[in-house]
Amino acid sequence: MSMFPHTFLFGKIKPKRARKSLIGDSVFKNLTAIFALSVLVLALAIFYELYSRSQLSINEFGLDFLTGVEWDPVDQIFGALPFIYGTVTSSIIALIIAVPISLGIATYLSELAPKRLRSPLSFMVELLAAVPSVVYGLWGLFVMVPWIRDVLQPFLESTLGFLPFFQGPKFGIGMLSGGVILAIMIIPTISAVSREVMLAVPDTQREAAFALGATRWETIKTAVLRYAATGIFGAIMLGLGRALGETMAVIMVIGNRPQISLSFFEPAYTMSGVIASEYIEATQDLYLSSLIEIGLLLFIVTLMMNIIARLLVWRTMRKFRGAKE
Amino acid sequence: MIDRASLYDMKIEDLQPLEEAGVVEKEKIRIRGLNVWFSKKQVLQDLNFGIMNNSITAIMGPSGCGKTTFIRALNRMNDLIDTCRTKGEVLLDGVNIYGNGVDVFELRKRVGMVFQKPNPFPKSIFENVAFGLRVHNMANGQRLKEEVEQALREAVLWDEVKDRLNESALRLSGGQQQRLCIARALAVKPEVILFDEPCSALDPTATAKVEDLIRRLGENYTVVIVTHNMQQAARVSDMTAFLYLGKLVEYGSTRDIFTNPRNELTEKYITGRFG
Ligand SMILES: Nc1ncnc2c1ncn2[C@@H]1O[C@H](COP(=O)(O)OP(=O)(O)OP(=O)(O)O)[C@@H](O)[C@H]1O
Ligand SMILES: [Mg+2]
Repeated sequence: MSMFPHTFLFGKIKPKRARKSLIGDSVFKNLTAIFALSVLVLALAIFYELYSRSQLSINEFGLDFLTGVEWDPVDQIFGALPFIYGTVTSSIIALIIAVPISLGIATYLSELAPKRLRSPLSFMVELLAAVPSVVYGLWGLFVMVPWIRDVLQPFLESTLGFLPFFQGPKFGIGMLSGGVILAIMIIPTISAVSREVMLAVPDTQREAAFALGATRWETIKTAVLRYAATGIFGAIMLGLGRALGETMAVIMVIGNRPQISLSFFEPAYTMSGVIASEYIEATQDLYLSSLIEIGLLLFIVTLMMNIIARLLVWRTMRKFRGAKE
Repeated sequence: MIDRASLYDMKIEDLQPLEEAGVVEKEKIRIRGLNVWFSKKQVLQDLNFGIMNNSITAIMGPSGCGKTTFIRALNRMNDLIDTCRTKGEVLLDGVNIYGNGVDVFELRKRVGMVFQKPNPFPKSIFENVAFGLRVHNMANGQRLKEEVEQALREAVLWDEVKDRLNESALRLSGGQQQRLCIARALAVKPEVILFDEPCSALDPTATAKVEDLIRRLGENYTVVIVTHNMQQAARVSDMTAFLYLGKLVEYGSTRDIFTNPRNELTEKYITGRFG
């Protein structure tokens, strides 16, 4: 590969000289390169399609679409801010709940649980990630929402009620429920991936801490979590990705009202939610185009999240892995 | 002074008065009837010997004979392995470290360890050395800085890293990383330092530096070093123990072991005629 870098980059095989295995190698390289490229092409195609189909709404509303708070199909006025707010806020609530719990689960599964229990417990956690989201939604609607209405919301109001987030009518259905159901759905993902990453931490790191007289907790904190930090961050990003795009379960518990309220008790609406529940009734061109533009925004937001995450990961890597790698 | 090695099968109780009177060298560690098993498999069998204070003891023997298991028994690192079971006594200054009420965290502070492969934390050079000091609440603020500097100087690393204390420890070379690990162990002011083949991952130049350092540490600390390398044992150690299949075959001053081994197995091993 170092001898003929151009061979696999541009597919210029030198037939006379190349031995059989070399030809096979470069065929393989070119083939895989084509597969990799096709993913990029597909992403670009999706982007282009979304972009061209949202032209109508882009021309009509311009940047106001991003800041507009009104969503009125009757008067043909469309603003996306309530949906952006709903998606971002519910995802943040989900992360705030899910990250500490998931790290706790991962730590227990990789460091603390009795050896015999580790595999079966991890398997069960991974199984939870495979439950279809509509099932989470049903459970959320019939079990979680009443509990939130009768227990969690009164509790939050009485303890943190001085904050604007925890004031207002207690319906159960609303932003808080959306955030909690998302948290429950991303906990398996974040804990399973974090656990894998923590298992990958070499034992020599743990031993280094133990040999200095560190306790188990100090060892986990310094040797394991620190070493695995980059990967754990990646796990969290995976969870966030799932939360941002999750549609069905959230539709069932968040209330689907396009509004921006500081109160987490109030109903809200997400970007994926509005697309899924309204595209059938969107018969006018502008209405449909606006929905597609929301899809475009969701695409861009998730893409940006990923880029930011990668940049952070890259920075952490550079800091810890040293200059050599 | 009487050569302690010549008295190695005397009872510790009988020796203590002699130690106190300064007639024989002081023993830092006494191993009595030490047996270690992994699951059903016995790895160390009835070890009995003493490790001299402020001296360097080399543990030699063919691969798999239990050298690592032995030194990990001295700071109870074997406790971390579920299948491991230990019987017998290891007396540190006369107190059994396997006795009731022994604080293992305190023990590991007194008996430091340096591993085969350098294993710095993915933190800054400074934080690596400060780790133990922080864990044991030994210093903070200006004192912490001074202690870190002192440990790095003692490990002959200070001049190489003083301008880059906040850089990642992983940017150091292998030899520097190993000396950093030594500094990290020294920072908590141990009395005993265990080395498990500390140079096996290093090139000859780095090895020479680490060996020099270990020899110097032998003046103020009790050092136990596992090594495969006979020349290394001969170069650095005062005393040598030869283990074979989990048993202590021979123990004595390094000079005697290398010039005049009493046991045929030892002789075979040091002359390289070993199966
Ligand atoms: N965690 C463990 N579980 C089971 N058996 C083990 C474990 N660690 C070591 N052993 C066994 O105990 C014996 C002694 O191992 P030990 O690592 O102490 O040898 P060693 O003398 O240090 O060898 P080397 O020179 O190769 O490092 C070996 O037979 C090894 O297979
Ligand atoms: Mg070993």
